[in-house]
Amino acid sequence: MAASTRGEGVRALVWLAPWIIGIAVFFVYPLASTVYFSFHRYDLFTLEFVGLDNWRYALSDTRLGRSALNTLWLVVFMVPAQLLFALGVAQLLTKLKSGGGILRTIFYLPSLVPMVAGTVAFVYLLNPATGPVNQLLALVGITGPDWFGSAAWAKPSLTLLALWGAGNTVMIFLAALLDVPKHLYEAAAIDGAGAWRQFRSITLPVISPVLMFSAVTGVIYAVQYFTQAMIASRVASGATDSAGTTFTPGYPDGALLTLPQHLFHTGFRDWSMGLACVYALMLFAVSMVFTLVLLRQFGRAEAAS
Amino acid sequence: MRSLPLAAAGLLALTLTACTAGNSAPPALGAKPTTTSTDPAALPAATLELWHGFSTDVETKAFEDAIAGFTAKYPQIKVVAQKGIQDAQITQAIRGGQAPDVAASFTTDNVAQWCKSGAFQDLTPVIAQDGIDLNVLPAASRSYTEFEGKRCTMPLLADAYGLYYNKALMKGEQPPKTLSELTELTKKLTVRDAEGNIEVAGFIPSFQYYENSPSHLGPMVGAKWYNDDGTSAIGSDPAWKQLLQWQKELVDWYGYDKLEKFRKGLGDEWGAEHPFFEGKVAMVLDGEWRNAMIAADPEAKDMDYGTAPLPVADDKPDLYGSGFTAGTVIGVPKGAKHPQQAWELVKYLTTDTESLVTLSNALRNVPTTKAAMDHPGLAKDDRFATFLDIFAHPKTSTLPANVNSVFNQDAFSTFLIEWEKGAVKDLDAGLAEVDARIDDKRKLSGS
Repeated sequence: MAASTRGEGVRALVWLAPWIIGIAVFFVYPLASTVYFSFHRYDLFTLEFVGLDNWRYALSDTRLGRSALNTLWLVVFMVPAQLLFALGVAQLLTKLKSGGGILRTIFYLPSLVPMVAGTVAFVYLLNPATGPVNQLLALVGITGPDWFGSAAWAKPSLTLLALWGAGNTVMIFLAALLDVPKHLYEAAAIDGAGAWRQFRSITLPVISPVLMFSAVTGVIYAVQYFTQAMIASRVASGATDSAGTTFTPGYPDGALLTLPQHLFHTGFRDWSMGLACVYALMLFAVSMVFTLVLLRQFGRAEAAS
Repeated sequence: MRSLPLAAAGLLALTLTACTAGNSAPPALGAKPTTTSTDPAALPAATLELWHGFSTDVETKAFEDAIAGFTAKYPQIKVVAQKGIQDAQITQAIRGGQAPDVAASFTTDNVAQWCKSGAFQDLTPVIAQDGIDLNVLPAASRSYTEFEGKRCTMPLLADAYGLYYNKALMKGEQPPKTLSELTELTKKLTVRDAEGNIEVAGFIPSFQYYENSPSHLGPMVGAKWYNDDGTSAIGSDPAWKQLLQWQKELVDWYGYDKLEKFRKGLGDEWGAEHPFFEGKVAMVLDGEWRNAMIAADPEAKDMDYGTAPLPVADDKPDLYGSGFTAGTVIGVPKGAKHPQQAWELVKYLTTDTESLVTLSNALRNVPTTKAAMDHPGLAKDDRFATFLDIFAHPKTSTLPANVNSVFNQDAFSTFLIEWEKGAVKDLDAGLAEVDARIDDKRKLSGS
């Protein structure tokens, strides 16, 4: 008995080998090294064991708290805003009798624009002095804010950018909405259910797996939010990328400093890779927690419906 | 099968400990003494890769002309130059074992870390071997190119900072020599419209304005960044408080909101719409390189302007004439394929008088050695000579090399933005916090 199960086990392992190797090389090994480096002073060249120093420093680092709050803001406001907006647009697109094809293309197009180019264009459009948006606002007598230049408006401005680029999510929602069986709506209409009631009792339950997928990926994406914030900070602050300058992310007033940017800066610009590893582990833990909570919530919602 | 996880864990531990960047052993500088350092022909032939930060056509050409001087002397050596290189790229290449033979950086911020970690090779043995007297360099230039006894870079060209003033906007006044004169003149020269908006500023005191960094302004009051033991001196040196209080008074005279509105409407620092070019500001703190930019600008080149040392604290008149200096640095990274030839190139570019003079004349930067400064071929019009004098002044200072240089400057700048905004209630407590941030980071870096 022992010999046959053993042979089977080996065979199973062989079949699983590609997966095991992939996980080991691209997940377990980097994670283990991150843990290992987090106990060391690692300046990218030399390694020295320092015990818990990095962890102690991280816990008292005010910029860590700041950046974590900024990232949390994105998770709490930007992700829901993006989902609601995408759902609303998708819902409208299903109602269109004609011209849907063109509008669908228009809504999807922004997600084809490279992230960096899109961000630069937004900062340009929203320039407080020369940007067309504030000039149009001025025409109707409104003094526009200093969008990417003021701490209060910087994150909402990025949220606008995220809404503009939500074409992918719109398309996924549109597909899900078109998949809802028509006869359910007809039956509900006969029972006297209004539009809102139909949406709550038919549309939402049917598309909830798609919603969950978008929410989970949206949150993971928000936790890793880096490029747009970095580019917006750089362009809005007027920092030039000329040789001899080191840009510290976060402009204005640390409002756009997200956790991944802080991590990157600490590791690669401040030479504290050990500390950056601590941040990376925290980021990993936070992503895990968010994902688990969301999965559980939706699991419950699904079971209830 | 039970032993498999154990074996895997063992393997993992092994790779982990082995796999930190850059543990190969390339040829090091000065490992074997050069036998005939005086005869150029004795140097073996090689193709050197050189990375530098110059990017405009004029600069790149000037630098390549200087390199051509070297290859004329050593025809067996070919130099391939890569322009527009950032420090991060240099560091990354060294870690990846793809280091160039020679690398030049436009900032002194990373010198300490590069020296400390050995990313750039210590030049001390070859300097001794070739009998180079480093006293030809001013103390400030010596200090920003080394760290804790390891000289891993040499100064290529230097920058000095002073005051530029637009004579048409000065209303016949002479440039200020003290901070109170600067305040007085600023108030006199500033022009506002009916609503109180600034049209022409006498001097922009904002710490966020272009070159107004604490490192450039500190020398006006003789402020010190670090104590002898390496801890932060920002909170304890009364000079910083003096600077901050002077600055805040002037910001408040403008009105912070008005000043910010004015500042944000100004043109790009490196473009043709620079406020000094456009006559929007009467006096600015800037580097000597601004002279060349003004001369190269088709509209601004006819401006009637003058240069002077920065005004200094009223109670420290002996500081007048000094200023801030830093510059480009050049060295031989770890892993350079031809370190011996690379050092010859570094030596030529940083100590050859003719080469320095040519380079300085083309780039309008300050040459670093005394011989080059005194050379008759060095172009010295009055506006440029001001900066040569600032550079040579015994009290001229630099930002001392520190492994956390970028972090420390950012910690201070972040506080200064709060300060000028008026968000700081207790200056002493605020500065003490800056000290704490810098010292905590220092402890973490183990220096």
